[in-house]
Amino acid sequence: MGNKSKWLGTMIVALSVVVSACGGNSATPGETGAGNTGGAGEQATKTIKVAYGKWNEADRWGEWLKGVKEEFEAANKGVKVELQAIEGSQYATKIPLLMMDERTAPEVLAEDSFMINADSEAGYLEELNVASWDDWKNFNEGIKAAVTANDKVYGVPFSTDVRGLYYNKQLFQQAGLPVPWQPKSWNDILDAARTIKEKQPDIIPFWMNTGTAGQEATTMQTFQMLLYGTQDQMYEDGKWVVKSKGLLDTLNFIHDIYSNDLGPKLSQVLTAQAGQVLETDLMPNQKVAIVLNGNWLTGNWGESGGKPWPEALDVYDFVKMPTQNGEAPGFTSMSGGWTLAVAKKSAEKELGFEFIKMAINEKNNKKFAILDGALTPRTDVAKDSEYTGQKGTLYGVAADFITYTHVRPANAEYPSVTSVAQEIVEKVATGALTPEAAMNEYAKNVERTVGADRIVSKQ
Amino acid sequence: MDALEPQAAKRRKKQAGPTNWRAILFLMPSWVLLLIFFFVPTILTFYFAFTNMSLTGINAAQSQFIGFTNFVNMFDDPNFRNSVVKTVIFLIFSAVIGQQVMGFLIAILMNGRNSGFRSVIGSIVIAGWVTPEIVCAFVWFAFLNDSGTLNTVIEALGLKPVAWLYTFPMVSVIVANIWRGTAFSMMVFQSALGDVPREVEESAMMDGASGFQKLVRITIPMILPSVLTNMILITLQTLGTFTLIYALTGGGPGNSTEILPIYMYRQAFVNYQLGYGTAISLSLLVIGIVASLIYMRVLKVKI
Repeated sequence: MGNKSKWLGTMIVALSVVVSACGGNSATPGETGAGNTGGAGEQATKTIKVAYGKWNEADRWGEWLKGVKEEFEAANKGVKVELQAIEGSQYATKIPLLMMDERTAPEVLAEDSFMINADSEAGYLEELNVASWDDWKNFNEGIKAAVTANDKVYGVPFSTDVRGLYYNKQLFQQAGLPVPWQPKSWNDILDAARTIKEKQPDIIPFWMNTGTAGQEATTMQTFQMLLYGTQDQMYEDGKWVVKSKGLLDTLNFIHDIYSNDLGPKLSQVLTAQAGQVLETDLMPNQKVAIVLNGNWLTGNWGESGGKPWPEALDVYDFVKMPTQNGEAPGFTSMSGGWTLAVAKKSAEKELGFEFIKMAINEKNNKKFAILDGALTPRTDVAKDSEYTGQKGTLYGVAADFITYTHVRPANAEYPSVTSVAQEIVEKVATGALTPEAAMNEYAKNVERTVGADRIVSKQ
Repeated sequence: MDALEPQAAKRRKKQAGPTNWRAILFLMPSWVLLLIFFFVPTILTFYFAFTNMSLTGINAAQSQFIGFTNFVNMFDDPNFRNSVVKTVIFLIFSAVIGQQVMGFLIAILMNGRNSGFRSVIGSIVIAGWVTPEIVCAFVWFAFLNDSGTLNTVIEALGLKPVAWLYTFPMVSVIVANIWRGTAFSMMVFQSALGDVPREVEESAMMDGASGFQKLVRITIPMILPSVLTNMILITLQTLGTFTLIYALTGGGPGNSTEILPIYMYRQAFVNYQLGYGTAISLSLLVIGIVASLIYMRVLKVKI
């Protein structure tokens, strides 16, 4: 009997420890990460979380946001800004996971403009009251359309970009190619690449992003730069175009480059570090003749970049990508665009919007654009002489590119379709699939992902 | 005897009452934990596999029940089939053959040696096992990458370096996984070999059995239950390998090392298709079960 009561007592103590441990951990309702923590002082401290992508060691976005944080905290006593840098390659995955949960949803987040449709449908984004914001009129109209879904604005753009061809003037001259060079068709590019290969066998003739590891960089800088230069599109009249002459020609171009050894070594271009190697090693050391990429590469070579190189734009020129056979309008480009948005499940949404207004005002956006090598979406900054006159940037040139540019389908299914595009680019480059087989795989996989009623075949 | 039995039985029955109640109470905490962290997630996984839940878009706000669509798509998906093949290859070569053979060899060779020798070798082998998976991946990356240790040695010998992780990705990850997991098999075999009674071995030697015959006819059959347990455990462990391969090759190049856990991750978190990803995870479960049943059959041992 004595044993039994001793044993019973032990059990009760043990169980109560377990129960209290479980009970104590659950968050009490209302006390989220961004909630008011009653401070010892007179004012309660509010914290806002600002999540953004850290793309490389230079962390230029972090530098920009840190400056805004200091300014914001000074202007708003009792508010703390918590910057959350998220590793670039994980960003697309982590940000929806953060937005899903009210305990982690950031007040401010960097949102890629093509995700706005999908994320607003998912209920992740807060509608922004831009009607009452006077500064909104200073943003480029075309770019405003990209951040609007169902007549509601979900993000304020802070950057945009264009894509084109960099070519090395010295290497071209040494190979007997014309400088300045402006190709008028894909064949012009292939001819130039072949000439380089012949005259300069140690130089990589043509570089384009090719690996699935590059993710959107492969889709936008390669797949779409080619496809949108043809007569066909990726998404038309509400359906995904899974087979078309333009798509086949795009894949054939990729095949031509790699099967004729006109591209980089596969072991170099398919890795996740390919971009870094290109920007901080191959281009500064002039190992590559033509590069199909975006205007922001110059950010690497500025003073605060990863590889400061003041002569960059004396060595490499940036020209427009031609359409396939020079058909009207003659050239093509792709523009992305990043925005700052407010997560719907975050706590201090008004403060978040105030932070955004400050981060993208004229002064801060100009500073950011010059720092990052990005194009500004603001019409006032675009006319600013300090901005356009910036050494080592392509701002003056880029305005021309924008007239030919396209944007990605802002469709909720896009994230799944883009990864299929990346896969077939890689498979054609490695020779795993012929262009015809790759197009068939694209059609099959896209159909499987979005459903047979969402696709259309033009071949 | 007969007269005593009912009484003894009655006493046992009386004792069964309070003991059972005690046992249940003792088991409660672990049952609760199992329920929260194991059963409920498993049931939810089964449920999600039949929906089109995704990380973003309209299906994140409200997922719909779509029945077997995910599974139909799965069997139709050439990437899925590739993934299954790669998983089986990885499993067989790195776990079933690789780790077991290495572990067995080391255990046999250490059997009967002096304890100093055993502890040194043992520690070295175990070091690979206790290293966190990500550190392991970095170690092998440093060894195998284009300008890594292996290529440096090769160049020093005057030969042409090879891009190991690009040209031989599957071999690279298999070797890395063998390095990592051998210790477990080694320890299992060590204890199993230790349990083989000496008299049996000695009488076999006296009967004129050669070393090899002794090994195959006596030792191995006696440790067969351990072999089975070991095979099942390392199979299930290996089926869940993610970090090592993801950090070393990312599943690439292309999808040459994209085993099921990596393919699942890509579908769920890169393509945002959570429903599809969970359906794929169920196929992993099926593979694990099938593999275990095959082992039991082949080794003719019952658990």
